[in-house]
Amino acid sequence: VCIHRVRSCSSIHSVKSKYVCVFDKSALKFSHQQRLLRTSPVSCGQIVQFKLSDIGEGITEVTVKEWYIKEGDSVSQFDSICEVQSDKASVTITSRYDGVIRKLHYSIDEIAFVGKPLVDIEIDASKGVASEEDVVETPPMSHEEHTHQEIKGHKTLATPAVRRLAMENNIKLSEVVGTGKDNRILKEDILNYLAKQTGAILPPSPKAEIIPPLPKPETVPAAPKDKARKIPVPVSRPIEFSGKDKTEPVTGFQKAMVKTMSAALKIPHFGYCDEIDLTQLVQLREELKPLAEIRGVKLSFMPFFIKAASLGLLQYPILNASLDENCQSVTYKASHNIGVAMDTEQGLIVPNVKNVQVCSVFDIAAELNRLQSLGSAGQLGTSDLTGGTFTLSNIGTIGGTYAKPVILPPEVAIGALGKIQVLPRFNGKGEVFKAQIMNVSWSADHRVIDGATMARFSNLWKSYLENPASMLLDLK
Amino acid sequence: MVLQPSLKNCLWLACVLRTPKAGFRSTASGGLIIQSVSNDVYQNLAVEDWIHDHMDLEKRQVLFLWRNSPAVVIGRHQNPWQECNLRLLRQKNIKLARRRSGGGTVYHDLGNINLTFFTTRKKYERMENLKLVVKALKALRPQLDVHVTDRYDILLDRHYKISGTAAKLGRTSAYHHCTLLCNADKFVLSSVLKSPYKGLKSNATPSVPASVKNLFEEDPSLTSEMLLDAIAKEYATQHQIDHHITLINPADETLLPGINNKTKELQTWEWVYGKTPKFSISTCLNMAYKDSVLEVKVNMDVKHGRIEVCNIDLPKQWLPPALYSELIRSLTGSKFCPNETTARVTTLLRVCPQDDELHSRWNLLCENMIMLM
Repeated sequence: VCIHRVRSCSSIHSVKSKYVCVFDKSALKFSHQQRLLRTSPVSCGQIVQFKLSDIGEGITEVTVKEWYIKEGDSVSQFDSICEVQSDKASVTITSRYDGVIRKLHYSIDEIAFVGKPLVDIEIDASKGVASEEDVVETPPMSHEEHTHQEIKGHKTLATPAVRRLAMENNIKLSEVVGTGKDNRILKEDILNYLAKQTGAILPPSPKAEIIPPLPKPETVPAAPKDKARKIPVPVSRPIEFSGKDKTEPVTGFQKAMVKTMSAALKIPHFGYCDEIDLTQLVQLREELKPLAEIRGVKLSFMPFFIKAASLGLLQYPILNASLDENCQSVTYKASHNIGVAMDTEQGLIVPNVKNVQVCSVFDIAAELNRLQSLGSAGQLGTSDLTGGTFTLSNIGTIGGTYAKPVILPPEVAIGALGKIQVLPRFNGKGEVFKAQIMNVSWSADHRVIDGATMARFSNLWKSYLENPASMLLDLK
Repeated sequence: MVLQPSLKNCLWLACVLRTPKAGFRSTASGGLIIQSVSNDVYQNLAVEDWIHDHMDLEKRQVLFLWRNSPAVVIGRHQNPWQECNLRLLRQKNIKLARRRSGGGTVYHDLGNINLTFFTTRKKYERMENLKLVVKALKALRPQLDVHVTDRYDILLDRHYKISGTAAKLGRTSAYHHCTLLCNADKFVLSSVLKSPYKGLKSNATPSVPASVKNLFEEDPSLTSEMLLDAIAKEYATQHQIDHHITLINPADETLLPGINNKTKELQTWEWVYGKTPKFSISTCLNMAYKDSVLEVKVNMDVKHGRIEVCNIDLPKQWLPPALYSELIRSLTGSKFCPNETTARVTTLLRVCPQDDELHSRWNLLCENMIMLM
């Protein structure tokens, strides 16, 4: 890296002979047109008072509403400096010079006057040329060449390096849409344009695409779908990968997850998984769906899973309990407030259905509808999100079979439900038949729950679902 | 006369939008009238941005006609909490958008038409545009008593506001847009534009409330389409161009490259809420708790839509001190947003002592705090 120090002097021209651009030897020959590159702004240029220009309509004063830059920032010509407002008009003031901001004459909400100084800018010694962030080798330029050319009466902004890239690839700058500040054409824009021309596939964007959950868990067809993966088309021209790491602060929602999961870490988890044959339940739901619709409620499988879980909890109340911080006492919760994990735009939230022990399957379905619509609108209230005692996570709507769910404190158990698949199974007569199989993965707090309890609860839950008529015997 | 976008039209329009000299038809000189096929406020605002940033208006000025499904649009430097009933907006699924021009808050629905006049910065002249609108209205219905005030409003019968104005000036181009009330839902309008939030102190541009009336109320034979057409006709006459409205689709990335990014940006929380000028809230929560009412003073400073400082004056020991400071810590620096706050505070409950009394106090306090957002 070559740092040039420009000594403060009245004339720019006399400076050139003393400074050498290490990587551009040709600069020595073109002394008059040498361009001095700097990596950092040095305070030795001429300070110009940039006055607030005429707004029009005879306006003399405006209010400064937002500064886009601060003292010490480098600006290029046409960069936005601030936003001012006057009588319902919002005006973006752009810089007339390249340079460094040395003084802001007004603070936010102050009144600025047309014709009076707005900011002080220290002009670059190499006037009229926008500086690049990276120090690159550039051919010496004549004084007349401006950063912005007028092509067909249309001003296109681009730095010299971008301009050269375009020229090398026979691209007309007027055909490229700039995405930089003030629609400046950036290197990425040229590359994008090129990609469109050659049909090459650009490197994927850093943000991973999250598949939104289906509204209700539908049965998946027998043949496992071959999810076609995108195979990159061989490119004729090597495309530069200009992706950069991106660091963002942890969002509010994520912070909540961090807290919960860190607390969950203290719980010794054990897992227990099983396979449920939902063939009968699938049929039952098909019959009941239209009845529920008549009453204005969408019936998924969840209400059945939730009610069966509550019936199971009546027999094994330890799973609906809470262990206090010091592990001194266990509180058996009377209410079965069963939480349902919900995937929203912001992240994972777990609203719960209150008092499932006194709700019918239909009541649960209606409540789920309400929670789901509030959840997708981002309007769940605090009471919907607190007080849960047991959680079910229907990850199967997105996909997956077995999972390893994490218990949400202060609960002691959680169940993750995989997707329903049609698989071949043997019946009592030894014949193969089509079964609707779903996997369940339970996690429980081993400090208060043992494997046998979990297994028995799971077997009971499984029996209710495999033979829905048996739920009638125990329904309260 | 409105032409459907045929392929030929699209190609022509694409050329016209990118190069200053169309050369295809003589009608392309002087002016261009376009109308959006979308009713999405964000898409339409993005079109304004696009034209402002990309079109050369030197040879030709543009008139853009658009209508939105229910939405509240605040000015660039306004405070949405001060201007409208955000709770009601969320309940009724009415969108909130922040435009790039200044001015006050307006309610849009399909009974309200929007007109944007694009010119070069030098040719920016709001009065002329509004006089054009009035002329068009009078040509359509000579008996209408409409006139332009010096505040750039259009009044009906000297009293009712039927149009509000705002503008945006850039380096080389400028636009002036205004609304026109044809048949908007006045009931929804007045209820959403009334802010329930108390104790707000801010330097954001305040809106000036006005009595409004629909043109439809004055003359039931008028429709939005008729008004759009009349204004287009007058514009065409004044700019000596054909009375021909070209339809554009704001989702068309080929026609308007980069438009989808602009649309997305207008929908981000950082733009809609985060651009709110710094403000403070000083209010009193009246919480009904066990046969008594607790008065809790709350003071908050909100900058860039995030809580910078938060003070809640609770009775001593009403909440365990550790939990109280946990709450303050959680709120400070987070978005002034009910959704995020709800997620935060409900999660905090998971990791604190499990006590029903404590939980109900916590929920009560948090619900009241969230009501402020």
